[in-house]
Amino acid sequence: MSQFVALVGRDLRLAFRQGGDWLNVAAFFALAVILFPLGVGPEPELLARISAGVLWVAALLAALLSLERLFQPDWEDGSLEALALMPLPLELQVLAKCLAHWLSTGLILTLAAPVLALVLHFDFAGMGALVLAMLLGTPVLSLIGSVGAALTLGARRGGVLLSLLVLPLYIPVLIFGVAASEAASLGFNPQPALLLLAAGLAAALALAPWAAAAALRLAME
Amino acid sequence: MARLANPTQFLKLSAALLPWCAAAAALGLGLGLYLALFVAPPDYQQGEAVRIMYVHVPSAWMASLVYAVMAAGSAVGLIWRHPLAHIAAEAAAPLGAGFTLICLVSGSLWGEPMWGTWWVWDARLTSVLVLFFLYLGFIALEHAFDDKSRGTRAAAILALVGVVNLPIIKFSVDWWNTLHQPASVFRLGGPTIAASMLWPLMVMAAGFLFFFAALLLIRMRSALMEARLRALAFGNPG
Repeated sequence: MSQFVALVGRDLRLAFRQGGDWLNVAAFFALAVILFPLGVGPEPELLARISAGVLWVAALLAALLSLERLFQPDWEDGSLEALALMPLPLELQVLAKCLAHWLSTGLILTLAAPVLALVLHFDFAGMGALVLAMLLGTPVLSLIGSVGAALTLGARRGGVLLSLLVLPLYIPVLIFGVAASEAASLGFNPQPALLLLAAGLAAALALAPWAAAAALRLAME
Repeated sequence: MARLANPTQFLKLSAALLPWCAAAAALGLGLGLYLALFVAPPDYQQGEAVRIMYVHVPSAWMASLVYAVMAAGSAVGLIWRHPLAHIAAEAAAPLGAGFTLICLVSGSLWGEPMWGTWWVWDARLTSVLVLFFLYLGFIALEHAFDDKSRGTRAAAILALVGVVNLPIIKFSVDWWNTLHQPASVFRLGGPTIAASMLWPLMVMAAGFLFFFAALLLIRMRSALMEARLRALAFGNPG
């Protein structure tokens, strides 16, 4: 357990001290969202209608862009192989890295979402559901992303490949995230979509570390 | 299975099987197309357009089945290091992508006259589209590494991750209220489709299945021979 905490702390320190990666994520998220009012026009009704979808798509892309730093730097400088020698199982290390990745991206996205939601005239009634859906959905993005990031370590044109692998698997998160956020802002019950997101999180927590750890072992052979 | 792991044995066995598979495919597809286009009755609502079903439904079944074959091959290859299993999975991937594309395109052509739209974002269509992208991801990942075996096994892990999508495709029409109709052949309580349409459909499905088997054998054989050629070219007797 102490090793787990130490690994999370190490990754967090690296994320927050090296060039402000988390700031890049927040800036990308904000910019991607701001492009929409400029692109589709400033009518409040139209923006309110598409706001949940825009927020989630932008969050998905922001999470996708941040995936490369999950394993890539450690793999390049060899510290991944040193970490693999720890007594802590590789699966739990993946979980620790995902937690650190979520704290430095998913949590930032969740905190930024309500502010950007106001810019898009998102209905205030849906704000609670939006934040809750983000809290449940963004860890899934980190977990699924860890599988893709581990699989593409050392691949040619890894970035494009990573989006081809990961984005289709992100689709359920997008669908239920938007469903929960929209339901609440339209006055419906967001609970079914939130429960499905929670189920997705439980499944990803249980399964993704195995796949990512297997892929990491492959990369270190 | 251990005996089949020997490529020479496999080449011998597959050479014997291939003509039968190819003949069964030709017979199934030929007879199936005749039954579907000339013998089966037009639908009382859909008219002649219902004949698209005889291509659409078998290709949809094959799209899922080939993915299951690919995932099973990947699992066997990863767990037992069975050399032919990875070759089977890699040979199956483009075939599965092809069947999925046929399914999507024929469904789109069928949807236009029946639903009045080429495409709807319902759960069945979306999950099959995801299946198509999983096939593409598998093929791309397989070729993304300089080290061939790395790509093979990375793609195998991806294939296993993507298995989550198969039950979603199967049950999407039950879980969500979709425009796509629910299952009418493989369901509890028996098929709800008329026998005059069920038989041509089954013949077509058998034709598709043997067509896949024949192509899979051809692709596996050529992959094995390619590996041999490469070994010969580098002067390596293995």
